[in-house]
Amino acid sequence: MGARDTLGKHIDPALMVVDGPSISPLKQGKSVSIATIGPWRLIAGKLIRQKVAMAAGAVILFLYLVGLFAEFLAPALPSTSKPQYTYAPPQGISLFVTQPDGSTEFNPHVKGYKIEIEKVALRRTFVVDDSKVVPIGFFVKGPAYELWGLIPMDRHLIGPLNPNDPMYLLGTDRLGRDVFSRLIYGTRVSMSIGLVGVAVSLVLGVVFGSISGFYGGWVDTVIQRIIEVISAMPTIPLWLGLAAAIPLTWSPVSVYFVITIIVSLLGWTSLAREVRGRFLALRSEDFVTAARLDGSSEARLIFRHILPSLTSHILAVVTLAVPTMIVAETSLSFLGIGLKPPVVSWGVLLQDAQNIRTVATAPWLLIWPSLAVIVAVLSFNFFGDGLRDAADPYDN
Amino acid sequence: MNDLPDDVVLSVENLSVDFRLRTHILHAVEKVSFQLKRGQTLCLVGESGSGKSVTARSLLQIIDRPGRIVGGRILLKNGDAITDIATLSPDSNAMRAIRGRRIGLIFQEPMSSLSPVHTIGSQIVEAIRLHTNLDKKAARERMIDLLRQVEIPNPDKMADRYTFEFSGGMRQRAMIAMALAGDPDILIADEPTTALDVTTQAEILDLIKRLQVGRGMAMLLITHDMGLVAEVADEVAVMRFGRIVEHGTVDAIYHAAGHPYTRQLLASTVKLTRQANVGKPAVMLSAEAPSPVLSVRNLGKTFGYAGNNTLRAVDDANFDLYPGENLGIVGESGSGKTTLGRLILRIVEPTAGTVFYRNKNGSEIEVTRLGKKGLRDFHREVRLVFQDPFASLNPRMTVKEVIGDPLIVNGLAKGKELEDRVAELMRLVGLDPMGMERYPHAFSGGQRQRIGIARALALEPRIIIADEATSALDVSIRSQILDLLLDIRRRLNLSFIFISHDISVVRYFCDRVAVMHRGRIVELGEAKQICTAPREAYTKSLISAVPNPDPRDKRMMHRQRFVAPINS
Repeated sequence: MGARDTLGKHIDPALMVVDGPSISPLKQGKSVSIATIGPWRLIAGKLIRQKVAMAAGAVILFLYLVGLFAEFLAPALPSTSKPQYTYAPPQGISLFVTQPDGSTEFNPHVKGYKIEIEKVALRRTFVVDDSKVVPIGFFVKGPAYELWGLIPMDRHLIGPLNPNDPMYLLGTDRLGRDVFSRLIYGTRVSMSIGLVGVAVSLVLGVVFGSISGFYGGWVDTVIQRIIEVISAMPTIPLWLGLAAAIPLTWSPVSVYFVITIIVSLLGWTSLAREVRGRFLALRSEDFVTAARLDGSSEARLIFRHILPSLTSHILAVVTLAVPTMIVAETSLSFLGIGLKPPVVSWGVLLQDAQNIRTVATAPWLLIWPSLAVIVAVLSFNFFGDGLRDAADPYDN
Repeated sequence: MNDLPDDVVLSVENLSVDFRLRTHILHAVEKVSFQLKRGQTLCLVGESGSGKSVTARSLLQIIDRPGRIVGGRILLKNGDAITDIATLSPDSNAMRAIRGRRIGLIFQEPMSSLSPVHTIGSQIVEAIRLHTNLDKKAARERMIDLLRQVEIPNPDKMADRYTFEFSGGMRQRAMIAMALAGDPDILIADEPTTALDVTTQAEILDLIKRLQVGRGMAMLLITHDMGLVAEVADEVAVMRFGRIVEHGTVDAIYHAAGHPYTRQLLASTVKLTRQANVGKPAVMLSAEAPSPVLSVRNLGKTFGYAGNNTLRAVDDANFDLYPGENLGIVGESGSGKTTLGRLILRIVEPTAGTVFYRNKNGSEIEVTRLGKKGLRDFHREVRLVFQDPFASLNPRMTVKEVIGDPLIVNGLAKGKELEDRVAELMRLVGLDPMGMERYPHAFSGGQRQRIGIARALALEPRIIIADEATSALDVSIRSQILDLLLDIRRRLNLSFIFISHDISVVRYFCDRVAVMHRGRIVELGEAKQICTAPREAYTKSLISAVPNPDPRDKRMMHRQRFVAPINS
């Protein structure tokens, strides 16, 4: 071994000119200098490396797009009921039709229904009739609607070529309404109630949290005690009481806003605590002391020096708060004290699946809205976790 | 397998450790070779990031992820056989048998290396029982014996105390006892005294050295302090950027250094053993007796409410600061020196005494009585430079925003004018104004400290209070920053209050020095007098504990001890 020979030697001449740690690049190509990259780009860079968070982010984006273009994406209107198709099971989409002569041709379609009477229960049930073909297509003409209440349109992304044919991809409910369409309309309400609720919580949480953390002392004590009192209240009875106070005559839209505010009035406390904790930690940081000695006013300290260091953390907390709001709305509506028909939300849809008979005979009424809630909540949690990990780009 | 010479217990050959990062592989250790000999001390010396700690940790296979040994051998003599540690799996029984049993490790941070929820004794007993078959009673006896060996008084009582009841030095002694629990024949000490005060450092090093000689252990000492190396090393290996650039006996390294980096490292250390050659202090230069720019009278701060639980952090401090003077405040941790600096600025409100400040117009202001507005004006003329160059710069602001912030806040400049002024300040502290748009994370520790100094200078101050401004920096950077401050003082006619625990820095930089001990200023005098002929017993012990970077003149071993009178 050559190493043993060099051991006693004083200097390795090959090492005389060294001016930096030795590094081998893993990837070829231009290396981006991080010198002038701002904090937001560092956070984004860290977030992009988290595959699960990015996938969850894509799902969230997808859900919001679905909510945004609900009228266009839904094949039917949410309130159109067809009594002849109550509790119709979901249909599958087939792409090819076998002609009588044995040849197959491309013709996307769903199968129609036929009615069978159960011998024992004497109950009408629908079975998929393979002989009936309902041709479907993209951008078909269907029931007229106004996109965002503004643009009159009658095109739908997908639908039966003949508007009167049945196409129920996720089945129908007890009044013969299309579950798929209702789920899409429900996405709009459920996903937005989370955002609006969090926006209210955010304002309350940041304001009270900053004041509490920055000034400390008796201000802090008072705010913290208020927070503790609010968090000590049992949520369900409180919601029940508040929701019961809403007059029945109010329009669904006003009920929607009141419910949002009720949900967020209780949701701001955790955010306020988070903000307070960060403020307490940052208040004694050297750079804040330095800014104080520079002559910065208190407002400048808060808004210029402390809050910017917090925004990414706040964003992460907010992202994690949205699913709480969604779940709160769902539970309230499920109990019948939140949103009420004709407003469609995931919670309202689940209300239809409250009894065992429905679950037994029409499980799709339970499965699809629950799945939507689970997917949305999980996505927000995964994304929020990723955001929280990426929120401090300077910790290593 | 090759045979090792008789006295060699461990031989590292061409060791390489890589850290596979996202975009690149960092070769933290590259082809490092050295040998540990029985009863001898090898010092691995280098600045931060040189790979010295990673090298030490790879001997025990405890490198943090994603670090990995990628080449070389670590040969450990095992009776007649030889084991190659590099080939062992980190989780294997064989490796666990080596840790503690053959190789003991002392960590840098005695504060965080001991469990806070177990007694000191039980932690050592655990280590003993892991390595031996002793029963509980015998293990306890051995533990008490170990505590006695590391010179902990009343070991049988102290063993049942918890970590928080031990001081930093005592904790480090307990750590040493734990490292000795398995009776290892190799001891690795990774910056064992960096977190300790200079007098404690001297005692701990003394202890380690005696234990090592007494037990005939081979020792690998990791340090950044060339002074300390001179005191204890037999052989020295200088590391830089993962490679050993020079390796030799301590005498050869200190008196016939071959590599330019070693020479540079030595030069910056030796430079700090003298006072900077910048002429006489301004006090003596001026013909008429100058009036002090800042006077501190009977200043005090008591924490806690009346009763027995009060702490007098600063007690009856008196001193004057003259124009153009550098006053050093030196003391060990907990002596109240940082609090004193903050009292002057009223970041912490004093509980007693007054501070007078003579402003630009020559009128005297009583700082301790100023209102909000007056205090703001005072803070424009008396500025603070912080210890931690990382925490003191807002990571979310560009350098221009950081340096320009005081100018904007005080309405002194904006737009193009602001940019020009920031560029001027950056040039003044030796930074390229091209880096103005960069964020602090793009700068090294020394550069960040320069940014902090530029921010302090932005308002054209008359006094700068530097609170441990160089203690987070490597030694070569440290002397650069001190020279920069001296240069700035000369050009801008500033006064400095320089707070430090490091005697060498104060000796180099200051004209007069105040020595603090337990909240009191015990001695105040010319820097030269304090450092060469101190009068007070405490100052004597402090000065004599400073390691001397010359192996032919080991001063620390002949230091004076000081036992503080017990009064609180």
